[in-house]
Amino acid sequence: MEPIVRFKDVRKSFGTLEVLKGVTLDIMPGTVTALIGRSGSGKSTALRCINALEQINGGELHVCGRALHNGGFDLRALRQDVGIVFQSYNLFPHLTVAQNIMLAPRRVKKIGKDEARALAEEVLSQVGLLEKADNYPEQLSGGQQQRVAIARSLAMKPKLMLFDEVTSALDPELTGEVLKVIEKLAESGMTMVLVTHEMNFAERVADQIAFMHHGTVWELGSGEMLRAPKTPELQQFVGSGL
Amino acid sequence: MLGLSPEHLLFLLRGAGWTIVLSLLGFVGGTIVGLPVALCRSSKMRSLRVVSSAYVQLVQGIPLPVIMFVVYFGLSIGGYELPALVAAGIAMTAYSSAYLGEIWKGCIEAVPKTQWEAAECLALTPVQRFVDVILPQAVRIAIPPTVGFLVQIVKNTSYSVVIGFFDLTYSAKVLNNSTFKPFTVFTIAALLYFVICYPLSVLSRRYERKLKRA
Ligand SMILES: Nc1ncnc2c1ncn2[C@@H]1O[C@H](COP(=O)(O)OP(=O)(O)O)[C@@H](O)[C@H]1O
Ligand SMILES: [Mg+2]
Repeated sequence: MEPIVRFKDVRKSFGTLEVLKGVTLDIMPGTVTALIGRSGSGKSTALRCINALEQINGGELHVCGRALHNGGFDLRALRQDVGIVFQSYNLFPHLTVAQNIMLAPRRVKKIGKDEARALAEEVLSQVGLLEKADNYPEQLSGGQQQRVAIARSLAMKPKLMLFDEVTSALDPELTGEVLKVIEKLAESGMTMVLVTHEMNFAERVADQIAFMHHGTVWELGSGEMLRAPKTPELQQFVGSGL
Repeated sequence: MLGLSPEHLLFLLRGAGWTIVLSLLGFVGGTIVGLPVALCRSSKMRSLRVVSSAYVQLVQGIPLPVIMFVVYFGLSIGGYELPALVAAGIAMTAYSSAYLGEIWKGCIEAVPKTQWEAAECLALTPVQRFVDVILPQAVRIAIPPTVGFLVQIVKNTSYSVVIGFFDLTYSAKVLNNSTFKPFTVFTIAALLYFVICYPLSVLSRRYERKLKRA
């Protein structure tokens, strides 16, 4: 089987600051990859390269059959294949929950209003928020807003979902409901890449864990890697309780 | 009343009517020109930013009565005999478009960048991102300062007196010339301006409070 995402010695700089210094990583369809590491190690940047929010400066990056390093690919088609959920939810405050979800399928896939509404209800029940369809985002808790953001992404039927610290802005008692939704998605076979600080969750759900350090994948392994780190850097990272 | 006949009052009211007409012209024209100015000012393309910024600087750097003169006499040199209303309307359009363009540029930029990004990640086109996601939020932010600026438009239409447009100020001046009751005449004119402007400032402040609560 071909990997759905392939990083090959990927480099990315912001001005003179080189943030990714040769990232190499394969992501297979149907698997969950957790990116862990200290703040500033390049996790978000790596994630954002996958849906071309950032353009890479060197190496090769293949995503869903497209060679992003060559340019010339259909950017909006890529965005339909790759969903992303951010730490700050980024729901559209002037639209109801259902309208938030219906907007892109209607505009991009040109489906009818009734079909879009049915789709919204389908993804909302997936995240357990069907009864909130006609509320505005501000009427929802942080955890609920984040579940809506996940539903909004799901409505585009992506082949791959990216999550960037989606529970970091939430009160501890609200992270569980969001993690549960992600875990359910994992069980359904969705390919996912998640940047997370929830080590227990990563260990339980991820098929592979990539520890990023100084802009590279420093150590790569399965959940057990966290209990038996090979490098002193990962050892220190795990030991610090982060 | 106060030594003025009902005909005199009616004369002033007619002037007030033309003040409202000119204000509306200024606002509608200012919107039609100001919206593209706002878009260009917040555009990613440098050339659009430079040109629109030059336009704003130019208009804001010239006193409104001088703009009135330039439009009125400038166009008549070109062989166009313009009614004062048209000249004043064009001048008010230039004036309001520059200020509204600046106000609205601020409102567009006040919508968080993350909203653009979220829309982009959902595969919306740049136009869809703006129309469906950014604009509705910017409009909400724009209502209080825009309504507030309407007051400036109404008051500044009085400069059209310099090119002889029959607005409230002009009618007051004419009436004073025939009645010699300047204090009475201009006090009534002041009251009429206030009656037009006050509801607008109340409205603006009410929207502002509503927005703060939300
Ligand atoms: N748009 C940007 N412009 C300049 N520097 C950036 C930008 N985005 C990220 N960086 C820098 O790149 C480094 C890595 O950031 P990031 O990928 O967000 O790390 P992480 O997600 O692991 O905390 C940081 O030093 C950050 O300041
Ligand atoms: Mg980050």
